Amino acid sequence: MKKILMVILLAMPLVAFANSSEKECGSIDCDKFEPELHDKASLQRGAKYFANYCMGCHSLAYMRYERLADDLDISHDVSQKNLNFSGGNIGDLMTIAAPVKEQKKWFGAAPPDLTLVARARGVEWLYTYLRNFYQDDKRPYGVNNRVFKDVGMPHVMLELQGMAKCEPGPVHAANGGVKRDPLTREEVLRDPQTGEILNPCGRLHVEKAGKLNGEQFDEAVGDLVNFLAYAGEPAALKRQRMGVYALFFVSLFFVVAWLLNREYWKDVH
Amino acid sequence: MTSWLIGLRDWVDDRLPIMRAWNTHMAQYYAPKNFNFWYFFGVLSLLVLVNQLLTGIWLTMFYTPTAEGAFASVEYIMRDVDYGWIIRYMHSTGASAFFAVVYLHMFRGLLYGSYKKPRELVWLFGMLIYLCLMAEGFMGYVLPWGQMSYWGAQVIVSLFGAIPVVGESIVQWVRGDFLISGATLNRFFALHVVAIPLILVMLVVLHLLALHEVGSNNPDGIEIKKTKGANGKPLDGIPFHPYYTVHDLVGIAVFLFVFCFILFFMPEMGGYFLEHANFEQANNLKTPAHIAPVWYYTPFYAMLRATTLELFGLPAKFWGFMIMAGAIAIMFVLPWLDRSKVKSWRYKGMGTKIAIYSFAISFLILGYLGAIPAGGFFMANIIPHHNEWLTNQGVTQTLTVVYFLFFLLMPIYTSMEKTKPEPQRVTMK
Repeated sequence: MKKILMVILLAMPLVAFANSSEKECGSIDCDKFEPELHDKASLQRGAKYFANYCMGCHSLAYMRYERLADDLDISHDVSQKNLNFSGGNIGDLMTIAAPVKEQKKWFGAAPPDLTLVARARGVEWLYTYLRNFYQDDKRPYGVNNRVFKDVGMPHVMLELQGMAKCEPGPVHAANGGVKRDPLTREEVLRDPQTGEILNPCGRLHVEKAGKLNGEQFDEAVGDLVNFLAYAGEPAALKRQRMGVYALFFVSLFFVVAWLLNREYWKDVH
Repeated sequence: MTSWLIGLRDWVDDRLPIMRAWNTHMAQYYAPKNFNFWYFFGVLSLLVLVNQLLTGIWLTMFYTPTAEGAFASVEYIMRDVDYGWIIRYMHSTGASAFFAVVYLHMFRGLLYGSYKKPRELVWLFGMLIYLCLMAEGFMGYVLPWGQMSYWGAQVIVSLFGAIPVVGESIVQWVRGDFLISGATLNRFFALHVVAIPLILVMLVVLHLLALHEVGSNNPDGIEIKKTKGANGKPLDGIPFHPYYTVHDLVGIAVFLFVFCFILFFMPEMGGYFLEHANFEQANNLKTPAHIAPVWYYTPFYAMLRATTLELFGLPAKFWGFMIMAGAIAIMFVLPWLDRSKVKSWRYKGMGTKIAIYSFAISFLILGYLGAIPAGGFFMANIIPHHNEWLTNQGVTQTLTVVYFLFFLLMPIYTSMEKTKPEPQRVTMK
């Protein structure tokens, strides 16, 4: 009885941990995303997207070109030609030349450094955020975002995705599920009395796709977020690999310690 | 070779009593033979202390204690320093592990009455260690200079501002500036790596010296020194070395397994050991939406935050601060609150058992409530939708009262309840 209670008491904080890891994505739920740090091809594509679409404004100031190239199996030559636009040394940090003061004028806020954004915001937030820009003519750059309302950032991947527009979407019923018509099972989009649209931006729709279709765009964003997850902690894979050895060693140590203890305690009664 | 070493040992022993010290504290220190699971946490605290000191020294070699360079230097350690990441994670996981084992160690003392006569000083030194540890953890958390470092420091330091008249001056004196700044970071660095570790190590020595003077308590809460054999040694005692050194190795192995699992596979522990917001550099113009201290302070933070009392024209913040400080201070007088004839809860009555369970459960739930954003409803934590009864604040206030009643009523329930007779000799179960 006492043992059971003790286990419950010790396990309680863990339950609390498990409950509160979810992060919300602005007005909508986060889409699921699991980084694949083993997928070198995806990470390389992500690095390419980062250099082409992000690095004009965002630095990766704690990351070095050389480390990135070595970790992602990119030759130093290719890296210098295709990633390092500033023409600096391969050992340099991935900083950018854009002046912070000017950037503040252009966007209202200086674009943050992105080295640790995957650890600060979470990968699911990033994956959802980058796929939820939509047309909003009231905003300076003509776009708004469902995850980050009134964000200063323009839709930099517009040429890949094409412009998404808001459409009425489903609303939540009292039980937490989607509200449906009880007879037709269709989603309820308008208020039955006033005819008013309940959730005017519940869905996004791309009329004219850019260079990529919807699925390809999701994959591209996935690669980019995967790359940012890598950049957040370049040692992550090595950490997990070493962890297996460490646990194996500790287990071995446990067996030896346990046998030693049993031998000594034979004469204690 | 061996004879040469023995010669050296004897040469030193003639000049410094190393053999006597070894015998007093290890080979002829008689510890009760019935230590159980709970008795691992003392040695584990020592292990984690050594881990913190060693990894701390190496981190100091690469860390830059300035507002401009601190954040970048931590990432430098994580990326450019060979195996820097492992040292940093050992230190950050170690901080949480330290509190985990110390809390369990303290709870052990509570269960078996290890604070009672003649071990009052052991308890007091232990409490001072805990106090130092809280200061150490708090200042250490400021050093990476992330958002939570900054705003956590802002919230905690500004608490002194609630003290009437001199409050604001104290706050400025602590910060060394009109706001949390590089000056604050520098002094916290000095305190974190030099002053407090020094005090901490001295207190640990005193804690152990005091313990070895009176001897260890045990789960039965009886004194083994009362029953001695023909050789003058306690019949229920066994030499600490080799019996408990080998015994502790098993506990250390189990602990290291858990420790390494967290370190290598979940170093952020879902945002509870390393908070997500702390991966963003400190920015004094951008207040985070939810400022939460690290998990080991959350029970006290919950008490602070839930205080709405305004008495004698003093703000609720002041009373919250007093309640938080009181919650820690009241633990110091524990040895004089317990009036029971017996030490261990095994032989205490129903009152103590109910009190200890309520206390432990309150402390855990307070810890949870201190970690989540203020406001909201308690039942919604358990059942997600539409449970708008029992506010989190109300539950926190109630549990704070339970926490204090555990101590304040202790003289009553421990002296009134019917205790069971203690055994003459320790029991092995």
